[in-house]
Amino acid sequence: MNRRQAVQKVALLVGGTVLGAELFIQTGCKTTPKKEAAEAGAEVLPDFFTKDEIAYLDEIAETILPKTTTPGAKDARVGEFMHAMVRDCYTPQDQQVFKDGLSTIEKISKDKYKNGFMQMQPQQRTELLTALDKEAKEYTGTDDYKTKQAALDKEENAKDSVERSKGNFGYGKARMSKHYFSMMKELTLLGFFTSEPGATKALRYSAVPGKYDGCMPYQKGDKGWAT
Amino acid sequence: MTNARVANITQPLPGRTACQYRNKCWLGCPFGAYFSTQSSTLPAAMKTGNLTLRPFSIVTKIIYDKDTQKAKGVEIIDAETNQTYEYFAKVVFVCASAMNSTWVLMNSATDVWEGGLGSSSGELGHNLMDHHFRCGASGKVEGYEDKYYFGRKPGGIYIPRFRNIGNDKREYLRGFGYQGGASRQNWQRTIAEYSVGAELKEALSEPGSWTMGLGAFGEILPYHDNKITLDKNVKDKWGLPVLNIDAEIKENEMKMRADMMNDAAEMLEAAGLKDVHTYDSVYGFGQGIHEMGTARMGRDPKTSVLNGNNQVWDAKNVFVTDGACMTSAACVNPSLTYMALTARAADFAVNELKKGNL
Repeated sequence: MNRRQAVQKVALLVGGTVLGAELFIQTGCKTTPKKEAAEAGAEVLPDFFTKDEIAYLDEIAETILPKTTTPGAKDARVGEFMHAMVRDCYTPQDQQVFKDGLSTIEKISKDKYKNGFMQMQPQQRTELLTALDKEAKEYTGTDDYKTKQAALDKEENAKDSVERSKGNFGYGKARMSKHYFSMMKELTLLGFFTSEPGATKALRYSAVPGKYDGCMPYQKGDKGWAT
Repeated sequence: MTNARVANITQPLPGRTACQYRNKCWLGCPFGAYFSTQSSTLPAAMKTGNLTLRPFSIVTKIIYDKDTQKAKGVEIIDAETNQTYEYFAKVVFVCASAMNSTWVLMNSATDVWEGGLGSSSGELGHNLMDHHFRCGASGKVEGYEDKYYFGRKPGGIYIPRFRNIGNDKREYLRGFGYQGGASRQNWQRTIAEYSVGAELKEALSEPGSWTMGLGAFGEILPYHDNKITLDKNVKDKWGLPVLNIDAEIKENEMKMRADMMNDAAEMLEAAGLKDVHTYDSVYGFGQGIHEMGTARMGRDPKTSVLNGNNQVWDAKNVFVTDGACMTSAACVNPSLTYMALTARAADFAVNELKKGNL
């Protein structure tokens, strides 16, 4: 298992493909420095999230994977990881869904808990995100989603047919965005378990195993291999 | 089913360390445990004292002598300085990887043959092949939760071809083999009972169930209309024509893919696995990175580019011994075959030189 395979496989966790994974795999999500990008005539990437928003993402990630006897998401700077992934590897459509998701979380926090997410107690954050996780899991099964998806598929298949008739087999069909919380959760898991603290402390890592044993004893509680 | 045969050494060899079980072979093995030109054959060639390496050299053409009907050498462009140089030799071995070897031939002796050296049969550039894959099946194994593994073995299992062999007759020609392996699920698995928090993290920090997957690698038939051609309009930064690639898999491969999925699922089910599911992640020509053909060997100069000793029919001191020479793709990894063909052709060339035939 390498990191790129990991990016693809994390999809299994939340269903579907990991957003941004394709670009990540092709380019390693290399951010073009502003000056070079401008010189090359490329669009200059915005900084995207502010420091405060990254801190906010850190708290969401920490709620999903908190520090226990082992490090948590904040120790792995998952907020910054999400920032880079969303900025460099998400489509504009998914970026918007992700950004709107942050506003939605803040709105629910204020409506339901009379406080911003940053001011809420860990217990309340967990309760809120647990509810969002349930909503995200059920999202693709809702009638509203299914109707929209059917309409989009029809439209995109028609466009694809037109392109194919012209000899272009590379038309990229538009697709529905995931629920914003699915995005946040998959990026948190990916960012954490492939980070140094996640891989070496929450999991086990051996850089140079030096031998192979295909059948060694395992006891409940032993950590899994990071790779 | 057998252990996958892989080019990793388990005992040290001179200048090479035994495999460290990192499973990072594709990064280029710093231990030299995984076979590569850099770890193995180049050092051996350097040791002979007869090797001169000239990096950053783009061969633009083989220099063909009309009078002797043989090659005199090659012309190159230095990729860094754009200077042109000529090198002369009694024999030329073309091993630039399948499509680039053919590209070199296509750009050579065009004053004699419009389509280039080796084009007299009309087969140069044709019969491009690869292996089609990205389909198979996987499932869960119950139990064995008190067992795990240590180290990352750089290879799984192999199941050799069994279709269209003996009395087995399918609706398609040829067949496929399987590569696969078993492992315990990691943090990417779904855990239904936890959504967020410490329990989720602790659960994902432990390994999950055992799973096993089988992925098939199938043969692509040599089709004349799967081809590469020189682009008349597009040139690269050295002013050299780029290649156009025009290839697809056809009905034979599509029928084979159904077996490639279903046979895997049947075997996994018969072995007692649960939740077995098939997949076809769709194959695009070239993804197998086993490109073969475009300068095939043969018995008849009217239907092939090379003879049985990998000599270009139209210039007998030019040998093509990489994937370009392949007549069919089989369903196995092809590099060892290229290496064997190269060793055989080199031995033949040396003997012919000694006899004064080249």
